[in-house]
Amino acid sequence: MRRILLLVPLLLGITALTFTLVKTLPGDPALSLVGERASPEVIESIRRELKTDQNVFVQYLGYLRLLGKGEFGRSYFTNRKVSDDLIAKFPNTLLLAVGAMTIAVPLGIFLGFAAAVKSGTATDRMISSFSVIGLSLPVFWSGLLLMLVLSLELRLLPPAGMGDVRFLVMPSVTLALPALATLTRISRTTLIDLLHMPYIRTARAKGIPERRIRFVHVFKNALLPLVTVIGLDFGSYLNGAVLTETIFGWDGIGRYAMEGITKRDYPVIMGCIIVGTTVYVVINLLVDVLYHYLDPRVRLFAGDE
Amino acid sequence: MSRVVVALLIGIFAASVLAPFISPYDPEEINLDELRMAPCVKHPFGTDSKGRDILSRVFYGGRISLSVALIAAVLSMGVGLLVGLVSGYAGGKVDAAVMLLVDLILAFPSLLLAIGISVILPPGIYTVMIAIASVGWASFARLVRGHVLSLRSAPFVEAARALGCSGARVLFVHLLPQCIPLVIVMTGLKLGGYILTEASLSFLGLGAQPPTPTWGSMISANRAFIVSAPWMVIFPGLAITVTSLCCNLLGDVLRDKYGLKIGG
Repeated sequence: MRRILLLVPLLLGITALTFTLVKTLPGDPALSLVGERASPEVIESIRRELKTDQNVFVQYLGYLRLLGKGEFGRSYFTNRKVSDDLIAKFPNTLLLAVGAMTIAVPLGIFLGFAAAVKSGTATDRMISSFSVIGLSLPVFWSGLLLMLVLSLELRLLPPAGMGDVRFLVMPSVTLALPALATLTRISRTTLIDLLHMPYIRTARAKGIPERRIRFVHVFKNALLPLVTVIGLDFGSYLNGAVLTETIFGWDGIGRYAMEGITKRDYPVIMGCIIVGTTVYVVINLLVDVLYHYLDPRVRLFAGDE
Repeated sequence: MSRVVVALLIGIFAASVLAPFISPYDPEEINLDELRMAPCVKHPFGTDSKGRDILSRVFYGGRISLSVALIAAVLSMGVGLLVGLVSGYAGGKVDAAVMLLVDLILAFPSLLLAIGISVILPPGIYTVMIAIASVGWASFARLVRGHVLSLRSAPFVEAARALGCSGARVLFVHLLPQCIPLVIVMTGLKLGGYILTEASLSFLGLGAQPPTPTWGSMISANRAFIVSAPWMVIFPGLAITVTSLCCNLLGDVLRDKYGLKIGG
């Protein structure tokens, strides 16, 4: 519940930030939102909604109302509605994120598990080294190297662009790498901690087979912290999407944001920031609900902490 | 192992500091006779699309990357230490409010926030420092706050208070030194990430502006030549990866040495 309440100020904070941006841009705020190429009627209607003649607080409320209607302004360059573009591009980013998670989540948990069970051996050292390297790789570089090797030299996959599933492979792998590294490290530490718990010793003393201990006693209890990590790490997918989509010409929100930045197309940037935040908020809510199902001891609505 | 890491880090640091003395060429000098040369004796890392020596640009780029990451780390550490000390010691509503903010920042997609900040402020190294630090302080604050909370009723704090020390004196003379090792380990763990963030923001064009070389902007400027001249992209990226890797390994070593359980 506390976390749900946390999300309200987050959304307010982010909209306040973008609103400040609208206000600090030189000239008429309504023009800043839709650009000079918009039709006079559009400009006039935005101006009315923003209530530019009243105090800042009323203006902010007007801005929130505009956002509530899905009016994020228009691109300065294409004069298209930012909301339309966002709706068109969002599924692509989602597809990419899901592709990356499909790789990172099972593999990360598996590697972490393997390293924890074999902790201290060569296997563990190898997995740990790989994960620390993964953590240190800049995604925009690893993506370019993948592109160089897999598509330009070996010609296995298309280098960039959108299309069938072959186009999805490289961007997903690139996006998955840092998440895979983080998840491997965290699941390793979590599982090692669990393996040293007294109840595991009890289970061993009772003669329960080691396999059963690992998969039932340890794994079940590790799920809860891991779900949190996976959920919270979703922010890093959004971060990575900006870089990955730019490199692979993937037509998603990340590249859209990037183009907005290079062209100083403020409505586009603001739209992307607001949508990114909202997605993030929704994911957090889902994690909270999932938490409740995985562990009924976590109570959603009353008497937290 | 840790010796190799420290030696490498010292080497990278020295190369950046001494860049003006050890660089074979001027990093911004355009040479139209030597465009896109592959690595050779004259140019060990090759030249870029404007004939500039990549080795020299990597040395100079290191100055930006390292100084931005270090200053951002010091800023994060300072703000986080102060906020964490006060929040942990004050407790109650102040603590609750501060921790709310910390939770928000820690979980937010940091690059998005950094992009937001760098849109309001003009692009450049100071913007990158502020962008990194405005996210970074939160993890320090949480760590310090937890430690202060656990020390608040320790005998030495009670003794200090019984002797009539003011709150500020207890905080800064008695509690602050206790947090230093913790904060140093945290800096080690975070530094590699800061180097990556700096590189990412530079790659996106939000960092130091051309012709100043940075590792991130060298990659974005030359990525069109990835097939014909891969060395233009490979060497700056290698510099980022090795530096960040050394920092991460050092952070892990420090953490294990102090027996702390922080970070992922």
